[in-house]
Amino acid sequence: MAYPAGYKYTKEHEWLKIDGGTGVIGITDYAQNSLGDIVFVELPKVGSEISAGKTFGSVESVKAVSDLFAPVSGTVTEVNEALNTAPEQVNKDANSTWMIKVKLKDPGEASGLLSTADYEKFVAEEGGH
Amino acid sequence: MGAKMVDFNGWDMPVEYPSVGGLMKEHLAVRNGVGVFDVSHMGDIHIAGPQALEAVQHITMNDAAGMGIGQCRYSAMLYPEGTFVDDVIVHRLGEEDYLLVINAGTREKDVNWVIENTRQFNCKVENLSDNYTQIAIQGPKGVDTLQKLTDADLSKVKFYWFTHGTVCGLKNIMIARTGYTAEDGFEIYVPTDESTSARVWNEVLEAGKEFGIVPCGLGSRNTLRLEGKLPLYGHEISDAINVWEAGLDRFLKMEKGEFVGRDALEKAKTKGITRTLVGLESVDRGIPRDGYKVRDLQGSEIGYVTSGSYAPFLKKNIALAYVPVEHSAIDHEVAVEIRNQPVKCKVVPTPFYKRPKKQS
Repeated sequence: MAYPAGYKYTKEHEWLKIDGGTGVIGITDYAQNSLGDIVFVELPKVGSEISAGKTFGSVESVKAVSDLFAPVSGTVTEVNEALNTAPEQVNKDANSTWMIKVKLKDPGEASGLLSTADYEKFVAEEGGH
Repeated sequence: MGAKMVDFNGWDMPVEYPSVGGLMKEHLAVRNGVGVFDVSHMGDIHIAGPQALEAVQHITMNDAAGMGIGQCRYSAMLYPEGTFVDDVIVHRLGEEDYLLVINAGTREKDVNWVIENTRQFNCKVENLSDNYTQIAIQGPKGVDTLQKLTDADLSKVKFYWFTHGTVCGLKNIMIARTGYTAEDGFEIYVPTDESTSARVWNEVLEAGKEFGIVPCGLGSRNTLRLEGKLPLYGHEISDAINVWEAGLDRFLKMEKGEFVGRDALEKAKTKGITRTLVGLESVDRGIPRDGYKVRDLQGSEIGYVTSGSYAPFLKKNIALAYVPVEHSAIDHEVAVEIRNQPVKCKVVPTPFYKRPKKQS
């Protein structure tokens, strides 16, 4: 599976796409595959603050709950409400299904994240594929 | 088979089979067609001899007297306190011959318990757990699937009865119309050598192909039994919970005479039970899960969730929980604490799911 170029990634399998001063965040295909069918997504409210490395919500499959970790710090400007009623969208296309958009506190923070190539290498080792 | 494996009490067990679509697909296959489970981790204790019935009566709470040869009864072994050693299915194999099928996680404890508590009876106790590979074929198309593999007339085997027959060319295989999915289905007990077990497994998958059979793991096993309110040891039943609290008194026959736990249960009944097992359904967004606290709507802690999950067939979030009797009325609302937030849930009738009645 090729992961989109131009995104940044975390070791907890979140992706970040930077658009000027805004960060768009979701989880990767590896994450949705490990979780199985997703039945519940819990996201923060618009206006709330997220902090790099801290949890900002959770995603649940039938049998497991997984925390979502913020790749960067910022203020939530948009939340994908469609995931309230159609959480399975994440399984269908994780790499394009965004969860939240944030106004970045510090665009430089993203430089500490994994590049596409580094993330692909990371999952290849982790999954033992 | 590409299963996602996990350690379950020392057993290497498949949680789900991603190649078939995972837990949800497995669950729905069992409700709508047929699924197959390897449940060899379960245990089998054989009790035989002139006082086998007396022994079974002494260590279990249901009445085994009057069981026909070929009949099964759901029962439980209790501690003197009236709490659970394990739940079991008692099979009457012959005149003086009984088989207790028990849980995997409690195998050794159960075997020791049976041996210790039947010494005074003229009978022999044997642990046959390692002699059998147990395969469960569950779902409305389970009977059609298995019928293709056996000469036994399955239409003559009523629910909670068993027979013996040739299965996949193997002679004298026990075929029980039992299961843990709240569906019709069978459990077969085949010889445990790897090549035989593998061959039977594959033949079952082949026979069930036209019905959409899928292999099923522990994940769907749990969601299926939860929808049917079938108890799981360590959750709804344990050594800290008595029969009245668990709501399993329809399998308790005080009138049959003495048995381990009887006195304590009688005392408990007179004293009155304080907590009871209820079914919950989420009202607000959230999935109540095992171990989560239950609070009243004012925020006081009143109980806990024993098992909870998204229910793939019912498409709701459901849970079983112990709460005080005064919080157990249908439609009564409580709050389950989900990651530090109170999520409103209501008490609902159980079982959450009951299989449709067929003309058999």
